[in-house]
Amino acid sequence: MTLSPVDTLRDRRSLLRILLPLAVFVAVLAAWEGFVRLRGIPSYILPAPSLIGATMVADWPLLSASLLTTLKTTLTGLVLAIVGGVGLAVLLSLSKVIEYSLYPIAVVLQVTPVIAIAPLLLIYMPQDVAVLTCAWLVAFFPVLSNTMLGLQSVDRNLMELFRLYGAPASQSASARFTARLKALWYLRRPAALPAFLAGLRIAGGLSLIGAVVAEMAAGSAGAGSGLAYRIIESQYRLNIPRLFAALVLLAATGIGLYLLLAALNHVLLRRWHESALAPES
Amino acid sequence: MTEPASTLVSLQGIAKVFANGVAALSGFDLDIRAGEFVSLLGPSGCGKSTALRLIAGLTEPTQGRVVWPGSHAADHRGEIGFVFQDPTLMPWANVADNVWLPLRLRGVSRRDARTSIAESLALVGLSEFAKAYPRELSGGMRMRVSIARALSVRPRLLLMDEPFAALDEIARFRLNDDLLRLQRNLRCTIVFVTHSVYESAYLSSRVAIMSPRPGRIVAEVAGETTEERSADFRTSPRYAALCGRISQILLEQTEGRG
Repeated sequence: MTLSPVDTLRDRRSLLRILLPLAVFVAVLAAWEGFVRLRGIPSYILPAPSLIGATMVADWPLLSASLLTTLKTTLTGLVLAIVGGVGLAVLLSLSKVIEYSLYPIAVVLQVTPVIAIAPLLLIYMPQDVAVLTCAWLVAFFPVLSNTMLGLQSVDRNLMELFRLYGAPASQSASARFTARLKALWYLRRPAALPAFLAGLRIAGGLSLIGAVVAEMAAGSAGAGSGLAYRIIESQYRLNIPRLFAALVLLAATGIGLYLLLAALNHVLLRRWHESALAPES
Repeated sequence: MTEPASTLVSLQGIAKVFANGVAALSGFDLDIRAGEFVSLLGPSGCGKSTALRLIAGLTEPTQGRVVWPGSHAADHRGEIGFVFQDPTLMPWANVADNVWLPLRLRGVSRRDARTSIAESLALVGLSEFAKAYPRELSGGMRMRVSIARALSVRPRLLLMDEPFAALDEIARFRLNDDLLRLQRNLRCTIVFVTHSVYESAYLSSRVAIMSPRPGRIVAEVAGETTEERSADFRTSPRYAALCGRISQILLEQTEGRG
């Protein structure tokens, strides 16, 4: 089978999108390595990438345990944010009274910087719960606000169709509630999916930031075992190669999380939503 | 002598004022008889769509009443199909699932709805596109899906709100003929909102002409019977005369206000 010129062009473009940033990345690492070696910069000031790699291998038992801790906090915080954010968004979309009562509180939690809340949480809660709460706090709001936006952005005519064809058989409260649940499941849920997934991608990154901020706050209080704690500890001990290695792992975690959520977005929306469709050539 | 058709729905002394104070309809009276193809024709903003939504029960009149006499009184909502100006399809669902929607909302399973979905798609000539997604279809095909969805409940009354307004002339002509064929086959009643004199003259057994806002029926013009339509009709002197008569009344109404 031969490829059409359009397919060839698309393949070439995809390859370029991978190769170009990779080439830039390799060039930056090479320049960094060369700069450190030529200028003889000591490793406690700026370690060479090769030393960071070697430290990563040598300290892997310690770093991997910290990575696992941070990852566990981030993912648990994200899952709790999804459960809480979607659950509350559904509740708010079903009742204006609940929306007016609870939404302002969610906004207050969102606008208060988590770095300012973390020390308080560490006073009132066990350390692992406090760290998890921080991750949850920052990831919760994007899920809530985006899901709410999605649930409320349904085509007006489609809603009218639901009123026409899905009108409750009687005017009893339970019949009306059943009709609303049907509209929620058949219409609002799929309509909200793109906005929810956009919120999820933001929440994934924020959950990691929340976990790191809380670990730093906990670490500076003298306890902890996550990657952020390793960074603080390495800074105190002037073990800068390990600091960089922990930083690389944190960045890799963020990238991995982002790619995972982007893939989920693609799988769920690729058949119908503009944001996930391949560009037309 | 044939017996006059029974009244399916009657709008009596309707007035509709929206919450923002805009009066859409005032003194609006219209009887829809079973088997008719009635076009509501009038200038933009005269309340045509509001009248349609009143019939569908999607809004309530401020004054007057919508009466479903006799045997149509019970559960008339189950007998209505509605087609909007936009196809209004669910982009996340394929064509078959879009057509299934009205039945699904009434608790009919996919398996039980299979025959109805297939028949509805066959009626609009889209049997081969059951698995396609709306974005993969042309504008005319999307509108056909929308019509198939309305037909899936086998409505006695089909309400259509400027369904072909956004289509090109060729697609519109084709869909006009398809619609007349569907009405002949299904023997349903159609109320069709349009602002096209030519479309109303081609399709309708009766054209109800509305005044500018607040809208009311100011004249009714009898159209040709459904059986007499053909491609030649569009170029016939009878069609030209009918269009001329309707245009004249519409013009008088618009200028009378201006």
